[in-house]
Amino acid sequence: MTYEPKNLRVVGTRPIRHDGADKVTGRANYASDFTLPGMLWGRVLRSPHAHAKVISINTDKAIALPGVKAVITGADLVLPDAGITQAGESAINTQHLAKNLLARDKVFYDGHPVAAVAAISDAIAQQALGLIEVEYEVLPHVIDVDDAVKDDAPLLHDDIFTEGVEPRPEKPSNIAKRIVVAKGDVAKGFAEADFVIERTYTSKPVHQGYIEPQGVVANYAEDGQAMVWCSSQGQFLIRDLCANMLGLETSSLKVIPAEIGGGFGGKTTVYLEPLALMLSKASGRPVKMAMTRGEVLRATGPTSGGSYTTKIGAMKDGTIVAAEVVLKFQAGAFPGSPVGAAVMFCSAPYDIPNLSITGYDVVVNLPKIHAYRAPGAPNGAFAFETVLDELARELKMDPIDFRAKNSAVEGSKSPYGPTHGPLGGIECLSSAKNHPHYKANLGPNQGRGVASGFWINIGGQSAATVVVNRDGTIALVEGCPDIGGTRASLAMMCAEVLGIAAEKVRPSIVDTTAIAFNDVTGGSRVTFATGIAVVQATEDAVRQMRERAAKMWDIDVEQVGWRDGAAQELNGNRSLTIAQIAQKAAKTGGQIMGHASINASGAGPSLTTHLCDVEVDRETGKVTILRYTTFQDAGKAVHPSYVEGQMQGGAAQGIGWALNEEYIHDAQGRLENPGFLDYRMPVASDLPMIDAVIIEVPNPNHPFGVRGVGEAPIVPPLAAIANAIYDATGVRMRDLPFSPPKVLAALEAAEKAKG
Amino acid sequence: MQYQSPASIEEAVAALASIGGARVLAGGTDLLVQLRSGTASPAAVIDVKNIAALRAITETADGFRIGAAVCGAEITDHAALVAAWPGVAEAAGLIGSTQVQGRASLGGNVCNASPAADTTPALIAARAVAEIVGPNGRRSIPVEQIATGPGKTSLAEGEIVVSFLLPRRPARSADAYLRLIPRTEMDIAVAGAGVNLTLDADGTIADARVGIGAVAPTALVLDAAPGILVGTKCDEATLAKLAEAAGAAARPIDDKRGTVDYRRKVVGVLAKRAALIAYERAKGAR
Repeated sequence: MTYEPKNLRVVGTRPIRHDGADKVTGRANYASDFTLPGMLWGRVLRSPHAHAKVISINTDKAIALPGVKAVITGADLVLPDAGITQAGESAINTQHLAKNLLARDKVFYDGHPVAAVAAISDAIAQQALGLIEVEYEVLPHVIDVDDAVKDDAPLLHDDIFTEGVEPRPEKPSNIAKRIVVAKGDVAKGFAEADFVIERTYTSKPVHQGYIEPQGVVANYAEDGQAMVWCSSQGQFLIRDLCANMLGLETSSLKVIPAEIGGGFGGKTTVYLEPLALMLSKASGRPVKMAMTRGEVLRATGPTSGGSYTTKIGAMKDGTIVAAEVVLKFQAGAFPGSPVGAAVMFCSAPYDIPNLSITGYDVVVNLPKIHAYRAPGAPNGAFAFETVLDELARELKMDPIDFRAKNSAVEGSKSPYGPTHGPLGGIECLSSAKNHPHYKANLGPNQGRGVASGFWINIGGQSAATVVVNRDGTIALVEGCPDIGGTRASLAMMCAEVLGIAAEKVRPSIVDTTAIAFNDVTGGSRVTFATGIAVVQATEDAVRQMRERAAKMWDIDVEQVGWRDGAAQELNGNRSLTIAQIAQKAAKTGGQIMGHASINASGAGPSLTTHLCDVEVDRETGKVTILRYTTFQDAGKAVHPSYVEGQMQGGAAQGIGWALNEEYIHDAQGRLENPGFLDYRMPVASDLPMIDAVIIEVPNPNHPFGVRGVGEAPIVPPLAAIANAIYDATGVRMRDLPFSPPKVLAALEAAEKAKG
Repeated sequence: MQYQSPASIEEAVAALASIGGARVLAGGTDLLVQLRSGTASPAAVIDVKNIAALRAITETADGFRIGAAVCGAEITDHAALVAAWPGVAEAAGLIGSTQVQGRASLGGNVCNASPAADTTPALIAARAVAEIVGPNGRRSIPVEQIATGPGKTSLAEGEIVVSFLLPRRPARSADAYLRLIPRTEMDIAVAGAGVNLTLDADGTIADARVGIGAVAPTALVLDAAPGILVGTKCDEATLAKLAEAAGAAARPIDDKRGTVDYRRKVVGVLAKRAALIAYERAKGAR
């Protein structure tokens, strides 16, 4: 489907979201709200060690405890055939997944599951965990990425031989993969450059911090039919992964999506679901499991920390001639960090003739890294956009002008291959430059930072069904969990095509047996891809309704048009509303239902620029965000409030990542801050109102011009804040997070250096 | 686990004395978290919120009596108390968040014996006296004698803190409390400092007392403070000396919330800033 400008009556307005009342009143049902008669409670025993051999596990005492109905260990999970399941931007290796669900011969991180128990109460299940005897042989561990790549580093897996290196290494290492993007001749570029700056950066793992911990109820019946209630970013993914782990046929497992309390990419895999199914199978009873916040932080996938080196060369006139970047990412216990995205997108806002970007995927003793909002891109942008800031200062150029001069535009070739279609990068930069924020005065110890970001966005498989009810209202049936207001945006696109109010369309997200397969909610794809499916399904329903009207009027369907929620006779003045057509449906061919199932391509990348003002307390090192404005190309904002919400939410998460969020480990590699008290996400009072300026450069591949918007906003904040701290203090912060003790130490070191 | 909700101090003391290992519940913002995380599993919980005497703020000829179960929001809503003891009130108003302040009690904050409790340094600076009732009757001790280490108190089996007395203020008196957290709320102090000053008619400091928190196993009285502050007008050199003294008195640890070096510096910064605020307030006070 292609974009055509049209007069819009619903798309672009701000109706109340269909799920709003349920959520603000607490009526919405999340995963842990389900219960079944006879239900057991499941709990997971987790490794207290960062790296150890599992010598033996004895579950005899646990199973003997009255009230305990089942105990499982890694020996009960049959290792599936090697394979890859695609989950949004992530690829899930099924054997690694199985080893992550329940450790087999080794544990790879503090919190790695080693056994699970189901009992008649949560208290008994917890008591039983204490009765499981596990003998470990503790091994040296490694968490820091620069340590993990050393020759003498503790080796996590003896079967990892770096991919992407020719010839294949003879020795196993912790480097799972090397990825290179290159074009032109960087050596020649740097030789020509008038200014070259090279810097090294580090960052720590950070967690998505979704409010709802993972939870599940599973019921595995005697006849081999199974059901799972859980909150996730894709009930079909949960079904396929669980079926794979338990060796079930697809049709034997129904997954019912609960309301989801935040995902940000983190809920595009399974942790508890297969265990709950195994415990249910073993006990013959439904099993409920829910993680504590501590378990979420210790054992679900955060995104990577790493170390990054960026070298950029520019001419006196501000033209960037070469960039060389090396990115080392922590993958956690098994390969699969998002370093590839960082490699492809860190320089993508710009058109640079000579590029060499290399990424390393490095296994370390952390939970298996999983997707987090624009996975990999914030790390890459941190290391790129801060060097750009230094170069702009060397060149004595305005940092926005410098970025605009080098911006990728329609027709320029992206670092990752394809040639760009229309892009909103320049529009974001000029809007930022002309915004009152950019001209506002700053006081002492205050500074302003600029950074841009890029996210590719994806399309993928989506299905939608449009059911026409007898009273003229619409049931919109879809299969993508709503993590960002997509019920509203999809219902609005349906309403727009029909010519009715958004409130007349009731969207439902249904179970895996009620609609065709849908890819996960991820990659900022739902309003784009499922949106196309909804538009096509709605057009299918409109076509059928025109046919029914033609039948009722006894004229040719070509003589029937559609306008304002009604069939219109083109050569006459008769019209029939949806309700009038629907009430006669039984007599004109049965009930009316439009459907579409597609694989969408042509997602438009989203470009964004952020402006950030900070104040630094020079005596305590505390950084306060004074003002924050985001500018982002949404293509078309279907529901502007939720686009603004995405822009603000991404910025807020990026601000947390920049200022205080980090995994802190003790000397044994155990997580020291597994709770929101010491894993410091920002609270509302930490942030100013984040202003969101929506830019609309239509994506030619969507009927309303939509681009994904959910991920790009987390890309620039790390660099924007680092650049603002420099502007305030003259000190460059290159190691995340910029927490008060680190900022104070850097300020004092700078004072000392001055003498 | 038993739950009891006595209506009088005597009943509460009797229950505490008769059930070994019972814990007192007021707001529950510490205890309930400990119960849920499994770090505490007492045989009984004695809820003292239904004891009227523990829920009242009263102004007497001697000053203010604050019931131990009075929550932070009740303190920050009490205009006369806030006017007399702005530092104590701002410490109570910093605990947790608005929601937490609707539950968390002054007695709980002190008796939980966290080195980082926000109200303790402010109460120390205010020369607050804790009234304690136990099986052997009633006694009073300075507030700094309650906590003896992280999570440990000097209270004997069966004893309960029932109220805190804040003395009557001379003219030109005021206090202030500051703490540093990396966020703006829902956090625990990396360091804290409470300062209480009384000025002469010409603005010279006549009396001073400083408490510091989160920099030692218990909140500390900064013994050097009167010697540094009294007789000055809170000038820059005096404040620098105070900061240095606070840092020197601190006995902090390195942990996930801060380093020794950072805590020493920051407690000094907070002490001098709180002193300046208290000084300005005292100048404007009746």
